[in-house]
Amino acid sequence: MDPDEIPDQKRAILRRRTNPFRGALPVLRKEAIHIRRDPMALFVTVLIPLLQMFTIGFAIETNVRDMRTAVYDAAHTQESRRLLDRFVNSDDFLIVSNVDSDQQLNEEIVSGRARVGIKIPPDYSRLLLAGETASLLVLVDGSESSVANQALNVANAIALRESLERLRSVTAVRQLLPLETRPKVLFNPDSRSANFLIPGMLAILIQIMTVMLTALAIVREREQGTLEQLFMTPVRPLGLMVGKIVPYAVVAYAELSIMLFFMRWVFRIPISGSLTLLLLLVVPFIVTMLGLGLLISTRANSQQEAIQGAFGTMLPSIFLSGYIFPIETMPQFFRMISSIIPTTYLIQIFRGIILRNAGIRDLWSQGLILSVMGMFFITVSALRFKKKIG
Amino acid sequence: MLAIETNQLTVRFGEFTAVDQVSISVERGEIYGFLGPNGSGKTTLIKSLCGLLQPASGFGRVLGFDCVKEADEIRQRVGYMSQNFSLYKDLTVSENIDFYAGIYGLSGSYLRQRKQAAIEMTHLAPYLNQRAGRLSGGWKQRLALACAFIHEPKLMFLDEPTAGIDPVARRELWDLLFNLSSRGVTFFVTTHYMDEAERCGRIGYIYLSKLIANGTPDELKRNPDVTPTGSMRVEIETQLTSRALTTIKERQYCRSATIFGQSIHMLMDESCPVAEVEADLHLAGFPDARVRDIRPTLEDVFVTLTASLKGEANGSR
Repeated sequence: MDPDEIPDQKRAILRRRTNPFRGALPVLRKEAIHIRRDPMALFVTVLIPLLQMFTIGFAIETNVRDMRTAVYDAAHTQESRRLLDRFVNSDDFLIVSNVDSDQQLNEEIVSGRARVGIKIPPDYSRLLLAGETASLLVLVDGSESSVANQALNVANAIALRESLERLRSVTAVRQLLPLETRPKVLFNPDSRSANFLIPGMLAILIQIMTVMLTALAIVREREQGTLEQLFMTPVRPLGLMVGKIVPYAVVAYAELSIMLFFMRWVFRIPISGSLTLLLLLVVPFIVTMLGLGLLISTRANSQQEAIQGAFGTMLPSIFLSGYIFPIETMPQFFRMISSIIPTTYLIQIFRGIILRNAGIRDLWSQGLILSVMGMFFITVSALRFKKKIG
Repeated sequence: MLAIETNQLTVRFGEFTAVDQVSISVERGEIYGFLGPNGSGKTTLIKSLCGLLQPASGFGRVLGFDCVKEADEIRQRVGYMSQNFSLYKDLTVSENIDFYAGIYGLSGSYLRQRKQAAIEMTHLAPYLNQRAGRLSGGWKQRLALACAFIHEPKLMFLDEPTAGIDPVARRELWDLLFNLSSRGVTFFVTTHYMDEAERCGRIGYIYLSKLIANGTPDELKRNPDVTPTGSMRVEIETQLTSRALTTIKERQYCRSATIFGQSIHMLMDESCPVAEVEADLHLAGFPDARVRDIRPTLEDVFVTLTASLKGEANGSR
C-alpha cells in the first residue's frame, strides 16, 4: 500500500461536509446488535404481545350466555311452567335453583349464586285465564351491567312473545304473528368477541412495543454513560435519532406480521380487505409512536421513568380509543380526547380492513389524520431531541 | 499553533460558576495534567472545549478551531475517554471498535489499517470476540483508548482514565500514553494521582472553579507560595513517626508538619539549622531521628495552595 494513501484518506474524512444525519448507519448497526443480544427484550417484544393475544382471543367473551337464574314459581300451574320453559329455551338463562319464598329468592341474588331471579306469583294463571294482566317479577343483579341489560332485554322479549301468543290463541284472529325481525349480523356473523377485539388489540400491542422500546433505547444509553461519550463524537442528533428508531420500526413490523399470522390461522379471523393497504396505513402510526417514545426518552432519566411514561400513554389508548368501549357512548369531552389519540384511527383502519373489507376510499381520512400526526410527532421530538442533545 | 488555548474561559450553570476565568495553553505533543478536587470544574472544562457547553465569557480554541462555532471540526479531530467505562457491554471488543470507527466515518482500507494499529497498540488481539462487559478494569480502559484513538486524533482528552484500575494496568496505560505522545499526540489528562501528575509535562490545578497553579512540576514546587521566604521543608525519618509528629508540632520552629509514608514532612523556619532540630529530637526520646532538607512534593504544593485559599476565603468572611 502506498504510504501516502492513509493521510489522504484521513484528509478526505476531515474535509467531508458534515451532514445532519451523520452517524445514523453505525448507530443503526449497533442497535441491531443490541436487539439480538438482549434475549429479555426480545422476549418482551415478541412473547408478551402474543400471550395477550391468546388471553384475549380465547378467554374473553363479552356476549352474555347462560345467566345463572333462581326461580320462585308460586303458581305451580301449566301456564307458569310453559313460561319458564321459554326462559330455559332461550339459552340466555340457566336455572340453577328453585326456591320457595321471596326471601330465599333475594338471598340467591345477594350471595351471588344467581344473577337473575324470576318470581311467578300465585295468581298468575288465574289472572291470565280471566283475561286480566298477569305480572311476572324479574330481579336482576345490577352490579354487572352487561348481564343486567341482557337479562332485561331477553325477559321483556319473552314476556312480549308470550303475550302475543296468548292473544292469538284467545282471539284466534290470525294464525301468524304480524311482525318478526330477521336480524343479520354483517362481517361477524357469529358475533364472536375475538373478531371485535383482536384487530383493535393489534393496534394497542404495536403501540406498547414501539413506544416502550424507543424510550428505553435512549434512556439505557444515558444510564450507562455511553450517551455522554457519543456527544463527544461527531454523531449528529438526527443521525443518532434515525439510527435509534429505524431498527425498532423494523421490529414493530415483524411483530405485526407474526400477530397477523396468528390472527388468521389460529383465531381464524380472515383479513377480508387488502393486506397491502393495512401494512401501508400502519407506517404513519408507527412513525407517530416512535416520535412519542423519543419524546418520553428526552424527559426520562431512568429506565423506570421511561417505562412509567410509556404506560402513561397506554391507558388513554386502551380506554378511549374504542378498543373496548364504544366511542359513540362517551360524553362529548371524552369523544374529543379520543379524536386526538392516534390509536383511535388505527383501530378504525384495522377493523375496517380486516372485518369489513374497507378500501382506501373508506379509510383515506384516517390515513391522512395519522400521517399528519406522524409528521407532527416526529418533528416535535426531533426538535426536542436536538435541543436536549445537540 | 497551540493544541488548546483558553482565555478567561467562564462557564456558568445558572448562578453557579463551574469554570471561572480559566486561561491555559497546551503545546502540541505535550501531556498536560489537569488536577483538582471532585466538582472543581475539570469535566466541565473538557465539555466546553468540545463545544458541548457554551461559555458565558472568554473563549477557547482547540487545534485552532473555535470551541463554539467549530465544535464539529473539533469533535472529528479529538478523542475522548471518560472516567466511567462508557462502551457497550453487550458488544464485543471488535464491535465496539467498529462502532466508533463508523461514527468517525472510517471505511475501506483506512478502517482496516486503523483497526489493526489500535489493536496492536493496546494488545487487545486475544480479546476481540469477547463481550466488552466481561473485560477486567485495565482491559476495559485499553478498549476505551482504542475506540477513542481509532480516528488518529491529534489531541486526546482523558478524564480520570486510571480511576479504579490496578497499579500494573495504570503503569501500562501511562507507558502507552508516553508512546503516543512521542509520536506527536497531545494529551489533556485529569487525575487524582500525584505520581501521574509528576509524569505530566505541565500541570494545571483547579480549585473552586479557578485555576490556581499552572506550570511544570518543577516550577510548581519552586512556587514561593508553597515554601514562603524564611521557611524550608525537611523530612524527618524515625521509627516512631506518629509520636514524633505530636512532639514536633509543639516546637517553635515548626510551621506545619504531616506524616508522609514512613517519615514526617515539616515546613520550618529557615533560621533554625537542621542539625539543631535533629539534636532536639534525639533529646526528646527519638534517638534514631534523621533530618534532611527536601524539596516539596506535588502533594505539598496542592495541599499548601488549597489551604492558603481556604484561609483567604475564611478570612474574608
